[in-house]
Amino acid sequence: MNSKEEFSSSQQKIFQDGAVAAWPICLGYIPIGLALGVLAQQTGLPWWAVAMMSVLVFAGSAQFICVAMLAAGATIPAIIFTTLVVNLRHTLMSSALAVYLPGVNRRFLALFAYGITDESFAVNMTRFRDGGWDRWRALTVNHIANATWILATITGTLLGQLVPKGAFGIDYALTGMFICLLVFQLQGRIYIITGILAALISIVWYLLIPGDSYIVGASICAATLGYFLQRHYRRSK
Amino acid sequence: MNFSVYLYLFIGMGLVTYLPRTLPLLYLAHKQLPQWLIDWLGLIPVAVLSALLAPSLVTTAAERSFSLGKPELIVAIPTLIFALKTRSLGGTVLIGMLLYWLAGFIM
Repeated sequence: MNSKEEFSSSQQKIFQDGAVAAWPICLGYIPIGLALGVLAQQTGLPWWAVAMMSVLVFAGSAQFICVAMLAAGATIPAIIFTTLVVNLRHTLMSSALAVYLPGVNRRFLALFAYGITDESFAVNMTRFRDGGWDRWRALTVNHIANATWILATITGTLLGQLVPKGAFGIDYALTGMFICLLVFQLQGRIYIITGILAALISIVWYLLIPGDSYIVGASICAATLGYFLQRHYRRSK
Repeated sequence: MNFSVYLYLFIGMGLVTYLPRTLPLLYLAHKQLPQWLIDWLGLIPVAVLSALLAPSLVTTAAERSFSLGKPELIVAIPTLIFALKTRSLGGTVLIGMLLYWLAGFIM
């Protein structure tokens, strides 16, 4: 990465670019965060606990599961273990981002890693691949998304029961976001094939094997199959 | 539950969230990655997103059975077309929510 180039672009421009890339994530996070807050409030979590959770954990799906498990009376070790399992997919995302952050200092990486979510990962990977993107813009995306998430979840607990269940299609915000993030990744035939393979494998895996291993398992299988198909295709050309 | 119980819980959850995000990055960013690994990792985003999404569209969460015709799947089709045509993340989230909301009245 060219450090001169980074210094020549002003901080304001970096923030603007980051904000433009981040706003759709925020748009998705607001309803999801509100929904989490409402759910947490209805489960009996005080607003400060939700704030603490969003700052320390910042992992939407794990936070939803945590609230559901607390409601069901699960033990603390069980919740922590489940969180670990659910978040193992981020090792894959973190590895994929490393391709675009070679030799970057470890303090930056440690700060950057905090904000790696499904959404920021997909947005940053798309931008890195298209070019004109650097680590500072990527970090801005992560932190704007994080700040929005924290505020949305806290607001959700404060609004509490004012929000009726399922209002305004809130439940679909995450699905809608995943659909579009997936579309961003379809940059050629091999990506479409890999995506279809991952869909088929994950559905079968989900139906046959209890737990959340289907995410990591199907991703690795599909990417590996896709890789060999790509290699075969290149060689036969 | 009191403050310290929440604190222990969230610090524990925070650690198992943060470590999977940071360790591969800290390790791999300072390695010369072989080309096959770069190629393989390039296919990871599409695979992860597809694996996150697909089961939620065609299975029921409660009993984990296959189910075509859920509103999630039906709404996903126009939402996908919208995403392909516009490539707008914010617009897709809003359209998806609107259609799902409307589907709730019809179905």
